Amino acid sequence: MEKEQYQQLEQNVTPKPPYLKNVAKAFFVGGLICAIGQAVSLFYIIFFNFTEATAGNPTVATMVFFAMLLTGLGLYKRIGQFAGAGSAVPVTGFGNAVISAAIEHRSEGLVLGVGGNLFKLAGSVVLFGVVSAFFVALIKYILVTIGVVSW
Amino acid sequence: MVIIFQSKPSLLAGGVVAGPLENRSIFSQYFDAVYDDERWQMKTNEQGHRKMIEEACDAAMKKIGVQSGDIDYFMGGDLVNQMTPTNFAARDLEIPFIGLFSACATSVSSAIVACLLTELGAANFSLAGASSQHNAIERQFRYPINYGAQKPKTAQWTVTAAGYALIGKHREEYPSIEAATIGKSVDYGMDDPFHMGAAMAPAAFQTIQSHLQQRNQKIYHYDLILTGDLGQLGLKLLKGMLVENGVKNEELTLLRDAGAEFYGQDEAFQSGASGAGCSAAVFFSYVIQQMRAGSYKRVLLVATGALLSPLSYQQGETIPCTAHAIEITMK
Amino acid sequence: MVMTFVFAFIVGGIICVIGQLLMDVGNLTPAHTLSTLVILGAILDGMGLYEPLIDFAGAGATVPITSFGNSLTHGAMAEAEKHGLVGVLTGMFEVTSSGISAAIVFGFIGALIFKPKGNID
Repeated sequence: MEKEQYQQLEQNVTPKPPYLKNVAKAFFVGGLICAIGQAVSLFYIIFFNFTEATAGNPTVATMVFFAMLLTGLGLYKRIGQFAGAGSAVPVTGFGNAVISAAIEHRSEGLVLGVGGNLFKLAGSVVLFGVVSAFFVALIKYILVTIGVVSW
Repeated sequence: MVIIFQSKPSLLAGGVVAGPLENRSIFSQYFDAVYDDERWQMKTNEQGHRKMIEEACDAAMKKIGVQSGDIDYFMGGDLVNQMTPTNFAARDLEIPFIGLFSACATSVSSAIVACLLTELGAANFSLAGASSQHNAIERQFRYPINYGAQKPKTAQWTVTAAGYALIGKHREEYPSIEAATIGKSVDYGMDDPFHMGAAMAPAAFQTIQSHLQQRNQKIYHYDLILTGDLGQLGLKLLKGMLVENGVKNEELTLLRDAGAEFYGQDEAFQSGASGAGCSAAVFFSYVIQQMRAGSYKRVLLVATGALLSPLSYQQGETIPCTAHAIEITMK
Repeated sequence: MVMTFVFAFIVGGIICVIGQLLMDVGNLTPAHTLSTLVILGAILDGMGLYEPLIDFAGAGATVPITSFGNSLTHGAMAEAEKHGLVGVLTGMFEVTSSGISAAIVFGFIGALIFKPKGNID
């Protein structure tokens, strides 16, 4: 069988992802995680005197803490299989990426294993976050300097 | 060119040892042992992997009452970088050793080399097989074990199992290897490491076709043609290719895949099992035992392997695959 | 009060749906998808659109990874406004460090406490 013919056969036989089901699951779980984040935010605002603006920081740290527990107990991967982007997109997903790599590479020691592999999965997020922030801010700065927009 | 073994080396014993999750395999009743600790009480996954290989070899040797000192050659491999679990097991077994990498087709490529050495008269007893340990391999080829990635329906689960066959000079009461085909590295442009079945099916097709043609055989000359780990989808694709080539539908029932059947109908395992240990575990337990019991008289075992690395995938390469076959008969 | 939860749920859910479509239809890996969303967050903040989203949806906008791109850009722009061009580099991690610090610290602690287990369910 020729290559093109085989690729056609493969297209016909391979099941497509269940788009609607996946979108629904991602929406539900992602929304739920954010709602939990909202509750955590309120908790910090009410009991610890944070404001709406500053509550974001301890909230994110708390969500990452939850991610550590779920990741370490082997539960996050089950949520991930169900929810897909619903668990990968919230900051808990970032935590899961870092923490799962850390746990995995403990067998190579704390320095070379954990230290060397910590950002194996999440590094691209940090890289592109920083680089895009740099260019966006730079462009904004130039536009402000030449008087097209204001801060 | 097909290889004909005039002296018909025999599969004298098979030793198969598996991890806790493999208790859910429909073949587990044929295994020698299923352990409840995936690390075999060792500190790392890789050390557990090594221990598992040693236990499988011990199980095989015990069955005909030999020890490692009686074994002439140890052929084997796994999927870990530089195959260190197998290398370290060879160190502990102290048998002359050549490591082979045919990815998940290593079970048969090792057996072929062992048969060649036996045919040459250079070996009385050889150990040949392959193994895989789920954790060690997932973290190397895909993601850390606890990472929450969503696997598609085409994905396969790497088994934790080691299967080693004890191959020796011909004995009437044992399944014997009459012929073998060494496959090429075949690339049909598939590039998804979560859809290995599609990448491997063309290699299996080419090897099966070549073997049958060279041996002047048709599928119905066999009681069973068992591929290693195409998975449910890969098996469908292989059957599609065979049908397109003139094979009748009734003959297709003789074609089965160890990976597709490994965990039964459990959807949690998506398209089925894979890993170097998958074909080894099923070939060297279920098939040997069924042949000795008289269920099959002529079997073609076709182990399939995907010859990629995490690096090749990141560099945007496609996935070439291979398939090796041995033809086994029983009086 | 209840409405803040509803909006957080809906907006957070929508951002995740965008991610799911990038993965399923766009065939992107999780790493590619998350990188894309982070860049999106940065661009939206550059256009002044992300802060209003946070006012509207609260955690629905601060919890998804897009907010990481937003806070990095926000910090960079705020410093550039105050101290000129060099602020683009110095301001970035001022408002953002909690997510990354938490991930690193809890990753380290997790590595000490947990061992990976190959279970499927």
